[in-house]
Amino acid sequence: MPDIFGVPAAVLLGQVLLGLINGSFYAMLSLGLAIIFGMLNVINFAHGAFYMLGAFVTWLCLTQLGLNYWAALVVVPIVVGVFGAVVERLFLRRLYRIDHLYSLLFTFGLALAMEGLFRYLFGAAGKPYPVPETLTGVFRLGFMVLPVYRAWVILASVLVCLLVWLVMEKTRLGAWLRAATENPSLVTAFGINVPLMLTLTYGFCVGLAGFAGVLAAPIYQVSPAMGSSLIVIVFAVVVIGGLGSIGGAILTGLSLGVIEGLTKVFYPSASAIVIFVVMVLVLILRPAGLFGREN
Amino acid sequence: MSMLIKGLAGFTVKYKWIWWIGAFVLAATLLLAPAMVYPLLLINILCFVLFASALNLVLGYAGLLSLGHAAFFGGAAYVTAHAAKTWGLPFEASVLLGTLFAAVLGLVFGLIGIRRYGIYFAMITLALAQMLYFIAVQMPFTGGEDGIQSVPRGMFLGLVDLGDINAMYYVVLGAVVIGLMVLWRTLHSPFGHILAAIRENEPRAVSLGLDVAYYKLIAFVLSATLSGLAGSLKVIAFQLASLNNVSWHLSGEVVLMTLIGGMGTFAGPIIGATFVVTLEHMLATSGLPIALVIGVIFMACVMLFRRGFYGETVARLKVVLDRGHD
Amino acid sequence: MHHPVRRLEVEDLHSWYGESHILHGASLHVNQGEIVTLLGRNGAGKTTMMRTLMGIVQQRKGRAVLDGQDLLAMPAHHVARLGLGFVPEERGIFSSLNVLENLLLPPAFRPSGMALEQIYTLFPNLQGRDTTIGTRLSGGEQQMLAIARILRTGADFILLDEPTEGLAPVIVEDISRALGELKALGLTIILVEQNIRFAMANADRHYVMEQGRVVDEFSNEALQSNMAKINAYLGV
Ligand SMILES: Nc1ncnc2c1ncn2[C@@H]1O[C@H](COP(=O)(O)OP(=O)(O)OP(=O)(O)O)[C@@H](O)[C@H]1O
Ligand SMILES: [Mg+2]
Repeated sequence: MPDIFGVPAAVLLGQVLLGLINGSFYAMLSLGLAIIFGMLNVINFAHGAFYMLGAFVTWLCLTQLGLNYWAALVVVPIVVGVFGAVVERLFLRRLYRIDHLYSLLFTFGLALAMEGLFRYLFGAAGKPYPVPETLTGVFRLGFMVLPVYRAWVILASVLVCLLVWLVMEKTRLGAWLRAATENPSLVTAFGINVPLMLTLTYGFCVGLAGFAGVLAAPIYQVSPAMGSSLIVIVFAVVVIGGLGSIGGAILTGLSLGVIEGLTKVFYPSASAIVIFVVMVLVLILRPAGLFGREN
Repeated sequence: MSMLIKGLAGFTVKYKWIWWIGAFVLAATLLLAPAMVYPLLLINILCFVLFASALNLVLGYAGLLSLGHAAFFGGAAYVTAHAAKTWGLPFEASVLLGTLFAAVLGLVFGLIGIRRYGIYFAMITLALAQMLYFIAVQMPFTGGEDGIQSVPRGMFLGLVDLGDINAMYYVVLGAVVIGLMVLWRTLHSPFGHILAAIRENEPRAVSLGLDVAYYKLIAFVLSATLSGLAGSLKVIAFQLASLNNVSWHLSGEVVLMTLIGGMGTFAGPIIGATFVVTLEHMLATSGLPIALVIGVIFMACVMLFRRGFYGETVARLKVVLDRGHD
Repeated sequence: MHHPVRRLEVEDLHSWYGESHILHGASLHVNQGEIVTLLGRNGAGKTTMMRTLMGIVQQRKGRAVLDGQDLLAMPAHHVARLGLGFVPEERGIFSSLNVLENLLLPPAFRPSGMALEQIYTLFPNLQGRDTTIGTRLSGGEQQMLAIARILRTGADFILLDEPTEGLAPVIVEDISRALGELKALGLTIILVEQNIRFAMANADRHYVMEQGRVVDEFSNEALQSNMAKINAYLGV
């Protein structure tokens, strides 16, 4: 294969694929954040903590209950989602009518508490989680060796994102949700139970973070800090994409993963901060974000 | 009860000297405290009092939620530690350098984010601070996970050996009091009144022709500078610069201190910082998980008393007093 | 002549936006098949009356009963199930939805709702516009869409807030004609209207509101002879 900017194309393609894996997680999480923000006007700082919770429950399912990966893939998002719905019902709901900053601070406290609790219970060290048997092995792509599990992560998350996008953009339910974002009281007057819809939306998006947590368990170590280190990057992704658009959140998430992967090739020491650098550039050049509408 | 408070209020207005006695007692307590309480704890409290008060300037008075203030505190701490240890600069110069670094960093963050509102501003400051965190993890001079250890305390004005923990305490006390005075003067200057006007009603301030972003930026830079001073003092006293000082947890904690004491009140962050640092000190030996407790307090504070200890007390007193007057 | 069926009964209704007390004990009633208007100056509380009945304004007190059901006792999203449909003053067309999505948005709680063909016969302008963004329609078309989406739900009691506001005379005529057809279909309507001629052409009775109260009532026949009084109420 030829070289591109002095780097073998094989290496480059390999990093693009690896970047897509990180990008998948950015996309799933920023998608949830964008929907929650659109509907509830809440910046859900605890989103990373729910992702961490998903990974931990997956690990607990295996070690305590003997539930395997595939069962976890179904059970865990539901558990996490229900927990999220309860949080919305009991607490967040009371904060909608005051300054948005308070719901951000509340979820911030929630994230701290959840991370603290898991560190207390299970220690700070990462826990390994085995790759499910059916997904072990590798694809030999010629230019790289891609573990089957990683391919599965990209596939599953892209499919899930696409599904959510389709539901939001093409279905009646999606139309209700979009309408409720614009004018909740009119939608209520049309006979739709908007408060219930908000609870379900929050539960669903948080469940999606839990789903991402299940996918992450075999790749990254399951640890209490895995959520917070991710969520801050996802916030940067959200600032870059703008909070206005769901498709935008997905695209921005995936492409920033790729950009991060490419940076690993050309300038490895900057790969941890490249997303923040992009954020700064976007803020300077296009303050509302790439897909944003600012109010 | 209301009679009592009403009487008390009248009393304090009538007898101004009560305030003087109060101030005297406070001063005496602060001066004698190291004889009674572990001085390093006191120093820690003082540093966070300054840090939270500095944050309050933007959070409480300018209405900007910064979730990245640890960058100023911890960034200054690294610079000061490096200056004192590797360059061998004296105490004053190291602290000054750290503080200056925080000021410049504040200007950069401010220029990038100041025109964005509310939650966007919060996310931007958080992300920028996290960028600094990652840089701190990677740069060789910060010592990565180990941090910069055994930072020399040096001499104050070349005369007083700060190796003596009591001397260290008094120097920190002096610096923090000066920092608080700067804040007090700022808030009671025309600039402070403009900030208040902007927070009250930003559109009106704009229509009056005020360059709102400019004033916010100044407040933000001043806040960053004083946060840096707090971080520099702490790193010298504790002789350790570490990643904890630049982490998002710390940014959150200092917001909590301000919130729990009372945002937008001068006494609030002082009370809040004292409370939180003392609590953490007690928790540290109890084996209970600090982050969990802090997180739960945070949630409780948002749900139950958003005005904080001080704000809530004042508000209740007012209600009682007003009722007394009717 | 048979006795009219009483559908809506409002008595001593109060409501508040936060601290400000807007409805001050308004009373009125509407019979089956009637078109009743609310007249009154700007700020008299006509829109607030509708929003209070729909449960959009939640701070309220007094009595409002539709077909024997207490409107003030039920959650806001139940009101539509009674067959009450709301066409707001600002029309409430959603910019993130296209025309078809806007049209299909309110759930149809009753089987008697109009089919899309009927709707397109009533409002030909809406035909073939399915994929246009809702707010890209002209003002008159948006008004038609706002009415049409309620007709589709099978609502048989409609609150219509200033449907002709800011519309060209031709469009006003279209809407007037549609209103006539709805009346013929037996729908009951409360209409807020500034345009007296439009009101007279369509309504059976008229209420006058002033400062959050209903202060007067006229039959359509009596309106003509009381023009001076009406003009005084409306300040024209
Ligand atoms: N959301 C709100 N918050 C506070 N006050 C409001 C609100 N909406 C309306 N008001 C006030 O309530 C009063 C009645 O308003 P309302 O919209 O019901 O009047 P209206 O009769 O419909 O007037 P118009 O003919 O201009 O539509 C007005 O004084 C208005 O200022
Ligand atoms: Mg009106």
